[in-house]
Amino acid sequence: MTTVWEPVIGIEVHVELSTQSKMFCGCEVTFGGEANTKVCPTCLGLPGALPVANSVAMDWIVRIGLALQCQVSERSVFHRKNYFYADLPKNYQVSQFDLPVCRNGWLDVTVGDETRRIGIERAHMEEDTGKSLHQGNGGRIHTATSTLLDFNRSGVPLVEIVSRPDLRSATEARAYAQDLRNLVAELGVSDARMEAGSIRFDANVSVRPVGTEALGTKVEIKNMNSFRSLERAIASEIDRQVALLEGGQKVRQETRHWDEGAGATHSMRSKEESSDYRYFAEPDLLPLVFAADQVEALRAGLPELPAERRSRLEGLGVAPHTARALAQAEPELRRTFEEAVALGAPPAAAANWVAGELTAATRRLETPAMVDGRSLFRLIEMTEDGRLSSSAAKEVLVEMLRSGDEAEAVATRLDLIQISDTSALEAAVSEVLDSQLEAVERYRSGEQKVLGFLVGLVMKSTGGKADPKLVNQILRQRLG
Amino acid sequence: MADLTIEAAGSALAKGELSATELLESVLTRASLTEADLHSFLTIDHEGAMAAATGSDERLRRGEPRGLLEGIPLAVKDNFCTRHLETTCGSQILAGYLPPYDATAVARLRDAGAVLVGKTNCDEFAMGSSTENSAFGPTRNPWNPERVPGGSSGGSAAAVAVGSVLGAFGSDTGGSIRQPAALCGVVGFKPTYGLISRYGLVAFASSLDQIGPFARTVADAVTLFEAVAGYDPLDATSYQGLVPNVRPTLGEGVSGLRVGIVRELGGEGYDAEVAAATSAMVDKLADEGAKVSEVSLPSFEVALSVYYLIAPAECSANLARFDGVRYGLRVPGETVEEMMARTRAEGFGPEVTRRILLGTYALSAGYYDAFYGKAQKVRSLLIAEMATVFEQADVLVSPTSPTTAFELGAKTQDPLAMYLSDVCTIPANLAGTPAISVPIGLDSGGLPIGFQVMAPALGEKVMFQTAAAVEALADFDARPAMAVSP
Amino acid sequence: MPVDIDIAYVARLARLGLSAEELAFYRDQLGVILEHAAKVQEVDTEGFEATAHPLGIVNQFRPDEIRPSLDRGEVLAAAPATDGVYFVVPPALEG
Ligand SMILES: [Zn+2]
Repeated sequence: MTTVWEPVIGIEVHVELSTQSKMFCGCEVTFGGEANTKVCPTCLGLPGALPVANSVAMDWIVRIGLALQCQVSERSVFHRKNYFYADLPKNYQVSQFDLPVCRNGWLDVTVGDETRRIGIERAHMEEDTGKSLHQGNGGRIHTATSTLLDFNRSGVPLVEIVSRPDLRSATEARAYAQDLRNLVAELGVSDARMEAGSIRFDANVSVRPVGTEALGTKVEIKNMNSFRSLERAIASEIDRQVALLEGGQKVRQETRHWDEGAGATHSMRSKEESSDYRYFAEPDLLPLVFAADQVEALRAGLPELPAERRSRLEGLGVAPHTARALAQAEPELRRTFEEAVALGAPPAAAANWVAGELTAATRRLETPAMVDGRSLFRLIEMTEDGRLSSSAAKEVLVEMLRSGDEAEAVATRLDLIQISDTSALEAAVSEVLDSQLEAVERYRSGEQKVLGFLVGLVMKSTGGKADPKLVNQILRQRLG
Repeated sequence: MADLTIEAAGSALAKGELSATELLESVLTRASLTEADLHSFLTIDHEGAMAAATGSDERLRRGEPRGLLEGIPLAVKDNFCTRHLETTCGSQILAGYLPPYDATAVARLRDAGAVLVGKTNCDEFAMGSSTENSAFGPTRNPWNPERVPGGSSGGSAAAVAVGSVLGAFGSDTGGSIRQPAALCGVVGFKPTYGLISRYGLVAFASSLDQIGPFARTVADAVTLFEAVAGYDPLDATSYQGLVPNVRPTLGEGVSGLRVGIVRELGGEGYDAEVAAATSAMVDKLADEGAKVSEVSLPSFEVALSVYYLIAPAECSANLARFDGVRYGLRVPGETVEEMMARTRAEGFGPEVTRRILLGTYALSAGYYDAFYGKAQKVRSLLIAEMATVFEQADVLVSPTSPTTAFELGAKTQDPLAMYLSDVCTIPANLAGTPAISVPIGLDSGGLPIGFQVMAPALGEKVMFQTAAAVEALADFDARPAMAVSP
Repeated sequence: MPVDIDIAYVARLARLGLSAEELAFYRDQLGVILEHAAKVQEVDTEGFEATAHPLGIVNQFRPDEIRPSLDRGEVLAAAPATDGVYFVVPPALEG
């Protein structure tokens, strides 16, 4: 019997905070910019310089932790993580070890119809490193002739969020990463732009036979630059591990790089002893003590979180599946929904539109576009009063996004407005009934399906613009 | 003039009886006569000092407000960052290094009108007890050039002892101010941890390092302390509260004060003459009305062990930044890893290398709990013991060093023996408490003996009060022969 | 208590490129010092944890305000090798 393998995935996320100044010094936090111009004794690791923690960064990590349902430690401590690397100026990173700011949280992640609660082990505060540019031979690290160092990024506040190994598929891992990214963006604490490196994901992947408890050998994957590459990398790594195990080989504990072009991970020659970080409490920084009232004030300042939003939406009558999707949707989409509902659009209908057609349509567009709540409200109004069929309305929405015009104008231009004027339809129905006496006879003798034929004729006679529901209703009355 | 106290020079300067430039010239002359024998300076900044003295005279002439140290020639240890002035920490790895900024203490001295004469010699990265670990050659004891001045701030102590400056600053991690002060016959003070900003002091062991002054009198030490003490937003460990106001009680004597003699700081390994001078001083204090009793702090027996785990551990991280990448020495290598390893192997001297290895080991996987982690707990135990003892005693007294100045080379081959010369001073660093060394006499070989007064955290007031009484009772006014003006 | 020390491992962790003779020299010295330092292990420290600051102070932060950075020319002037924009170092080992 063949073994069925279960992937076990944990994700480590590094979020660069978008504070004004760096974590431990007053240098400006910038992205890009002239190399080595945002540096000072502290972030360059000059002899004698000392760190002082940025108060806003400390508030923001608590915000992140609270949004992830974490416990905020009453007492937390910075540690030095010791390792030599040319872009790490002090050759230790100020980070946290056994007393992180936040612990034991969770994030609900939905894939398809299934929602699973993914545990957050910890979120801790640390500082970013500088950047290395490997020169010569196309910038490949192993054949470079020299390395250039830029320390502008050195000391930028970084929050590391470590999930528990609760993820079970590459798709789920991607959903977790996207939801986490959206959450951080919504909190306003980071640009959270994956392509700019302001949010970075590493994955720990292992596999085990389904039904077993023990964890397999874990491999860390780095260098995933988009959500798509994260999903591909994890899927590819799972396949690699399964193939190894099925071939009777072992998985080696190591760090592997995702190679987007090759569509595979490759081994990074791991440096010896790289894991003996000799953590000890950073003597240049004082312990962090978070008072309950301070934490509660920060909690009170949080925006509505996806979980709360979902239950509010369900309370408004939005179907559970739609509520989940909308609760996690991008902020622009949600704003359109809230505005439309505020103008009087039925929440269930508005939610269906936003989570369904609008989301799909915006993703298909090449250039970003959005309809505002008022435009959506008018579109919904036209479908509710029968002037637009649901299929026509979808067409109108796409054109609204493309042109930026209102529903009415688009529907008129595309000639999609339905006849929903009863008297006009009454006339058309009479005309059809008068010319189809035989069919009327058959219907009256019990042949129900003839109704559809008659509806079709009325639709045809109105050039397809009649509201089929209304035609149906009038025919039944008249034949009744 | 080089033999004036800061107090006397300050008043002569204020009255216009003396100019800052004249005073500077006089100390520079003293330095030129003594440096060949002493080597107390690594850098003498003639130009910068002259500019500062001229500026000071100018301010005086225009009647501008005087700084606390207006026109006073001072020196700082070479592990204080000085903007655009070479700062080597006595190490080959920083030879030629010009910091782009001033340490907070240096900036405050400049703001107070002080004239910075130069940078004093020290054990490499302040690691040592004899100043023999300087990569640029040892400093010698002004009382006997065959002897060490103590360390690690030996250059500062020697320079003050001979009058090459009227006062100086050093750093004290395990006794590096008090021990050389004792061996050179000057006053040396280590404040409560957090009272003087460490910003710009090249770190040895961050949780133990404190800046402090050397002076010829207790009152001068107070003035120097006042000029630099106080909260600094650039040092997260600096104390935001008020600096103890010590001056008003300086002359109040010791009558009624409870003085504790530390049982553990005496006995085997202590020079008989040091022990005798110490108990003679204790007797004098008792005669003045102090209530003397013996106290016991058992954890002092292991303080040295605690220190030689914690300090190297912190140093192993603090000195990791010296890697040949951004500043200082670089020894070429094929790869960056090789470059770093060669740079560090060649750039650091043996004592620094030893401590980096020791600290790295004490923190490494599998040994942390038994060594570094355990040492931290014993340190807390020592702090608790001291707090208890300070309920029974206002101050604790002991010799500053078990011996007077030893011969150059006597302990360089035996690290443990060298470490033992800090046995009396280390507890105050571990506890973060203030302590001062006051000279109380010479031994039969003509070498100074220091007397240590320790107080609880932020207890500078009672500490200085006692120190001033000790100073008066000792009436120590001998000067090294080489300090006598020609 | 004799202390076993993998001195070559420790030196690699500390990025010190020492010769075999130097390693042996330091291993012996560290052994002596650590044997002395191991005295801490005999002390009963039940109920004691590490002390972060002797004055017991916590939470000293700075406001999130930009302060001037250093001039690049001055920063690079102290470096052993630069190209006028970046610090330059030899290539890293693989990985
Ligand atoms: Zn900076």
